[in-house]
Order: sequence, then structure tokens, then C-alpha cells
Amino acid sequence: MAGLATSLGAGAATNSLAQMPDIDALFLFGSNPTEAHPIVSLYLKKALQNGARLIVGDPRKTWMAKRADVWLNLCPGSNIALLNGMVNVILKEGWQNKEFIKKRTEGFGELKKKVREYDLKKVEKLTDVPKEKIIEAARLYSHADKAMIVYGLGVTEHRTGTENAMAIANLALVCGHLGRPSTGIMALRGQNNVQGASDLGPLPATFPGYQSVTDSEARERFEKAWGVPMSPEIGLKSVEMLELACEGKFKGIFILGEDPAQTDPDVHEVRKALSSLEFLVVQDIFHTETTKYAHVILPGASFAEKDGTFTNGERRVQRIRKAIEPIAGKAEWQVICELATRMGYPMSYNHPSDIMDEIASLTPIYGGISYERLEKESIQWPCPAKDHPGTTTLYTDLFSRPGGLAKFMALDHKGSGEVPDKEYPYVLITGRIREHYNNGSMTRRVKGIMELVSEELLEINPEDAKKLKIKNGDKVKVSSRRGNIKVKVKVTGRSQPHNVFLTFHFPEALSNLLTSGHKDPITGTPEYKSCAVKIEK
Amino acid sequence: MPGKKIKKIEIDGRKISCEKEETILQAAKKAGIEIPTLCHDDRLEPYGGCRLCIVEVKGVGRPLPACTTPVTNNMEIRTENDTIKRIRKNIISLLLSNHPNDCMRCEKTGDCALQGLAYRYDVDGSRFEGEQWDLPIRDDNPFITYEPNKCILCGRCVRICNEVVMAGTIDLVGRGFNSMPDTAFRKPRSLDNCEFCGQCVSTCPTGALTDKKARGRGRAYEMKKVRTTCSYCGTGCNFDLNVKDGKVVKVTSAYDAPVNHGNLCIKGRYGYDFIHNADRIKTPLIRKGDSFHEATWDEALDLIAGRFSGLMKKYGNKSVGAFSSSRCTNEENFLVSKFARTVFKNNNVDNCARV
Ligand code: SF4
Ligand code: SF4
Ligand code: SF4
Ligand code: FES
Repeated sequence: MAGLATSLGAGAATNSLAQMPDIDALFLFGSNPTEAHPIVSLYLKKALQNGARLIVGDPRKTWMAKRADVWLNLCPGSNIALLNGMVNVILKEGWQNKEFIKKRTEGFGELKKKVREYDLKKVEKLTDVPKEKIIEAARLYSHADKAMIVYGLGVTEHRTGTENAMAIANLALVCGHLGRPSTGIMALRGQNNVQGASDLGPLPATFPGYQSVTDSEARERFEKAWGVPMSPEIGLKSVEMLELACEGKFKGIFILGEDPAQTDPDVHEVRKALSSLEFLVVQDIFHTETTKYAHVILPGASFAEKDGTFTNGERRVQRIRKAIEPIAGKAEWQVICELATRMGYPMSYNHPSDIMDEIASLTPIYGGISYERLEKESIQWPCPAKDHPGTTTLYTDLFSRPGGLAKFMALDHKGSGEVPDKEYPYVLITGRIREHYNNGSMTRRVKGIMELVSEELLEINPEDAKKLKIKNGDKVKVSSRRGNIKVKVKVTGRSQPHNVFLTFHFPEALSNLLTSGHKDPITGTPEYKSCAVKIEK
Repeated sequence: MPGKKIKKIEIDGRKISCEKEETILQAAKKAGIEIPTLCHDDRLEPYGGCRLCIVEVKGVGRPLPACTTPVTNNMEIRTENDTIKRIRKNIISLLLSNHPNDCMRCEKTGDCALQGLAYRYDVDGSRFEGEQWDLPIRDDNPFITYEPNKCILCGRCVRICNEVVMAGTIDLVGRGFNSMPDTAFRKPRSLDNCEFCGQCVSTCPTGALTDKKARGRGRAYEMKKVRTTCSYCGTGCNFDLNVKDGKVVKVTSAYDAPVNHGNLCIKGRYGYDFIHNADRIKTPLIRKGDSFHEATWDEALDLIAGRFSGLMKKYGNKSVGAFSSSRCTNEENFLVSKFARTVFKNNNVDNCARV
């Protein structure tokens, strides 16, 4: 979300889901909501039933792509070229919103200069999308009254992920498609509380509420509340901690509820790092690849065993409630408190609601949120005060950047970190399927789901299957420059020629062995989405 | 607001103002007045199939279905009178006349709209001689049990599958007396034809469609329902964990959920088994060589505190850090932030999966 934060001010979706049925033009980009966010997809389906025009940017022929007015079947990694091309068309045709650009943005000159380099002939070549389609997409999007861009991990999980999001913001800004109901940019992300986990500041550069650790006023606030000095030095990102660990320069990590040894793009490196640590603590509800490297494993409590809140993809803070006692006796918040206390910093709360009160006192965007209010309503942040209703649409007047203006970013096409060649001719795209979730540690323990989808399947286009003489159910070897796996094949038109698809839900066919280790240099988000592979019978 | 004229109506003598193009049913519901329905679900377009919701509108000769009739200014409505009561009784006894007499062991007992209406209007199935279906129970898939004999042909399952989910899995197949909701060619539900979202189950007013996993695990009125938020994706659907004897045995969803209005996907509705899975880590574990041995919380936490303090002393406080997770709650993420900054005294804290 660093992309949106740079362009607009906040790394968050700009609107609320309930506004979706009123969209006039929907640009769905790198997101397959019918699989990854099924209930968001119901809102979008309503919009289609209400007559919304649909543009889909996706290398895969998804449910939505099949129903699109324009399907931009771009080759993986060419997002920026495509978006620059669309902006180029819009400026050339005079379809931009001049007043909006003048009053509410800065940096338009540089953008204009940059996108001029992206004439449609060039863009066609970089993206593989015919220029008529690019023009039509630009027309539909720019001409609509209420236009929304909904993007997903197909945009962020690239080494240019942050820039991809900025390019999306550019497009919305030229058309003035921000700051109104049903008009804005929605990012659909992977994990349930990825928004909250960013908001609450377990991040090396920011305290809770995106307050920078280098800002002395912010530090003072936290020092006053927490009673100890705050380090002014930006900390290490998880990847940096792991890199240093490999070199023997980082010694101990506490991992709460994550499984980098399976879900990180370069599991070899991660495993090496974890085994180099002098002390590793992992807290989780199940044994995972990562717990294998732990010195101490602590049991976690599932969402049914504790009170708390999650913040969803539209900034809505909602309660989870304890339905049963923690199976191992303690919830994570209690464990953190006990550990801090043992290490000489007494922490104690009677209930997670007290923690929320502290959050509210230190985090302006959550300032008006309390469990008492959440009993009666759910609230979209920013909610700065107890009597503030929360915010459904961001940026109605000002952007949350200095000066209140949004910023155009001039961006260049860089492509994927790894492109197919003679030896590895296929692009492997990874993603999610509706039935499973992440490393599968939860869904693989649902009997019925396993009856439906019990193993990893390589999705491959009928044409390619024919070429390789493989059919449904055949086992093939998929290899990249880094490793290989054996996996069964599913022949389907969802995959386009030269692209194949795997999920990362099954450790047995650890698709991440294949992924490239390329990362977005700004956020550290791995390039899960594409790498080059070969397929053999 | 423009276009949203305020209308004044009267229901059962109570004056009510409605703001939008509301139906009588919506207006009544908002005012807390209950009108019985069978084929209606707030998630669906008004249908008007069962006629149970008929009401008397002053000046109109025949009763009108509340679920499809929009309010007009100065409408005067009575939700029940003797005629309407008689008609409702008739509808219910007709439905009961070909309904199996199986309430005693039916999964839906206590939560069944038909049963509730039979009780409220004091009717049974004996008034009409009805021919009954005698079809086998279908549980040819992991999640959904279909007892066609209990179907009252309200069409809700078919409509939610087509209107809301747009999956097109089921339709009314067959003709006349034999028509019933089913999959194309009456094939078993599988991923080839169904999303297993259970939306059809959630809307079925009778025991015709039920959650297979929860069958026999307890009656609706024995469940403690705990409203919570789904822990799978970032949509943030709300649902109720149904708890019996300390176990989560089922998930149900309510229309007042702000994001999902009672809709759920396969993971939210059926993905709860992991909670009580035998593989759950149940005690702290401490490594000894290549294996782990069970420990008490005190042992484990003392050890962790000692080792981290030791590392900080030996290598400096920048040699340690914490990863937090997008799966954890806001409160936990906040505490991890605080922990790194106050205990490790550095900013080495990250939420490692940025996806
Ligand atoms: S489970 Fe969902 S997709 Fe399948 S029949 Fe029911 S409503 Fe349709
Ligand atoms: S199965 Fe249930 S929802 Fe479907 S038509 Fe029959 S009674 Fe109605
Ligand atoms: S029910 Fe499905 S769509 Fe809703 S939050 Fe859960 S996983 Fe996401
Ligand atoms: S509920 Fe109105 S006709 Fe069925």
C-alpha cells in the first residue's frame, strides 16, 4: 500500500464496499474477487446487474474477464506500460478532468512528459494488448460518472508492486475519479487483517497510525505514554532481519502467527536464515514449516478463542468475540504482556478493550474507536473522535498529503524480474483459489474442503497441453532455475497460452520453490506473481 | 434528498413515514411490525410467490402481497384480519398436506419457518389430502444435505444461487407436481457445478437444505451464538459461531451484518473445522536437540525472557526483532509494536507477510 500512500496520502482503500453496486464503470485490475474475495464479488456482480461497464486487466481468463466489456489480457509484469498507455490516450483525446488536475494534484507536468513516451505502438508491444482495446478501456473509464478501480495482488505482488499502485492512482487522478461515492480506488489484499496490521504499526518505520519513528514529536508522544525512550532509527524489515541472520549478524526473532518458511518467495534463503538464528520463538495454532526451526513453540489462540478487532479492506474496524476458551489456555495478547513483564517492562490489561483504549489515545485515525461503540456499530477509519461517525469516502476535500494535494508519479515500465526464455518458456503465475487460504494450514484441516480440492493442480491452457501432449490429471514436472516440483495438471481456458498457474496452498507441491526471490524494493513484497518455468512430462 | 420523497402511511393504526421506494414489508419491518413470509429474503429481489405476506390495503378489493407492493402516500394497511388469517391458514395447511411428518428428528426443528407458521396459525396437514413425494435424501457432497421431500418450492435457493451468487448451480427442474430445485441433470453438487457457498442453505426456510456437517450436532435453540468476524480474507464478513458444549459446531449468518448482509463464501461458512482440529498445538514446546518436549507456560516464558535478554546483553539490543502477522488482531499487532519498542528497545518489527 506504499504506492497509494505516496500518491494520495493513505495506504488504504478510498471507498466502502457498500458503494460498489452504484458504480458506472468498474476497472478490475489484477484481482480475481470471485475466487479470492467472494463476498466483495457479490457487490461487483450487483454493479454488473445494474448495468456497470466492466474493464478487466488480468492475464488470466477469470469469471469477470469472461463478462468484461473490455478484457485487457496483458502479459504478466506489464502493468505500468498499460496504465501509462491508457493515461496517454486520455490526455491525447482530451478526456482528462482538467479542473480536478489543476485544483487537487501536483506533478502533472512530469506525468504528461513521461506518458508521452508510451505511444500505443510501444504499449501494444510491451503488454501484448491490441491498441483498440486500450483505447476502449480508457474511454469507458474516463467517460463514466462513477468509476472505480478495484485492484488486487496481481498488481502488488510484483517487484514493481508499489509503482503499479502509483500508476493506478495516476489513472484515477487524471480522470478526477477520487473523492466521491462509488468513485475511487479499492485494493483487495490477501490476509484478513492486513489493513489493521499496517495501521497498528508493527512496522520498522512507523508507530501505530503511520506516525514516523523519525518524527521527534511522534516519538515524544509514545515516550510519554510508554515511559521509555523510543529509538529514532528506522528498524529492519523482515527480509533484512533474515538476510542479516544468514550472515550471522542477527540473533533472535519472535514470530507471531506467520509462516515465512513456506510463504516467502525464496524459501531456501528463509530456511537458511531461520536455522542460523541463535533463538527463534514461533507462536502459531498449528505446526508449520517455520515452527520446525523454532527453539520454543508457543500455542496460539484461534479467532474463536479471543476478543479483539480486525480492520477489513475498506478500513472498517469490527469485533471478533471469544466463543470458546483458548484451547491452550492463553490468547496472544496475554502472552505478549507476560513476556514483556518478565523482561522488565510490566504490561497488563484486563481485556483487549483496554488495549483498544490505548490505541485510540495514541493513534489519531482510531481516536474515536472503543469497544463500547463497536457493540452498536462498525466504524471505518479515520475516526478521530468519539462523536465522529467514521469515514466512508476518503479525500472528498483534501488528500492526506502535505498541502492536501495528490501527487502524480512519473513511472517507467520495468517488467518482471524474470521473463521466459528458450529453456524456461512458460510464465508461472501464482494465486489463490476460493476453497483454500494461504499456506492452507487452516483450510487443509477442513475435511469437506479437502474432499473437494485435495492437492495442488497446475492450470494450463488447452493449446499448451496439446503441445506438451499432456491431459487432465497427468503428473508433470515443473522446474525453474531454482527448483522443481511434481504436480497434477488441470487443463483449462482460464490460463492463457504460455502462462501456467499454481496456488501456494499446499506444502506438498511447494510452488514457492519456484518463485523468483525478486522483491518490491520499497515494501519488500515478494514477486509471487510471475517467474519463468519449464514443464516436462 | 432529491428523488426520495417521504411517504406517510399507516400500518395497523400506527403512523409511519417511509423514505424511499419501499415495499409494505420493508416499511413494516422498519417499524418493528412483523408480517409472516416464506418466499422472501432481504437479499433477494421481491418475488411474490407464496402469498403468505398478504395484507389488507384500504380501498383495494383484494389482499396484496406486502413483499412486492410498494407503499404509496397515505396508504392504510392492516397486516391481519379474519379473511387474511383464513387465507394464511389455507396456504399453510396446503403446504403441510404434502410435507413429511418428520419434525421430531428434522434438523431444522426450532428454526423452521414452516413449523413456526404451523404453530402460530395452529394448523396441521390433515385438512387436505396431499400426495407426498418419496424421494431419497441427497448428501452427495461434503457440505449440503438436500431432502427434497421437505421442499416447499419457495424458490429461494434457486434465486439466491442465480441472482446473488450468479453461480447458476440450481434451477427448478421437472414439471408440475414433480418440479423441484435441483442441479442440471440432477448431478451431484461438485466443484464443476457449485461453489459450496451454502447460500442456498442459508435461505431455505425449511429442512430441505441443511448444513451436512452440523446435522445431529444440536438444535438451533441449544446453540450459543457468538457474533464475530471471519478470519480468512479481508472482506470482513460477520457471522455467528454456533457453540454447543464448548465446541463450534456451525456457522450462521445474519442479515444485519454490515458488510455481507448474511452472505458468506465456502471458507466463512464451512471453514471452521480447524478450530477443534486434533493437530492444534496445545502446550508450549521447548526444543531439545531434534525434538520438542512439552512445557508449562511458565517454563516456556521464563526461558524466552532469559534467552532474549541474554542475546540483547551479548550482541546488543539491535540483534533481536519481532514479526507480527496480518492474521492477528489489531490489539495483538499493537502490542507487538509496543513490545519491540519498549522491551527490545528498537524498531526491528515487521509484519512479515505484506500480501
Ligand atoms: S452452495 Fe452456492 S453455488 Fe452451490 S447451489 Fe448453493 S447457492 Fe448455488
Ligand atoms: S429447497 Fe428450500 S429454499 Fe429451495 S425451494 Fe425448496 S424450500 Fe425453498
Ligand atoms: S466469508 Fe469468505 S468473503 Fe467473507 S471474509 Fe470470510 S473468506 Fe472472505
Ligand atoms: S413472502 Fe410475499 S409472497 Fe412470499
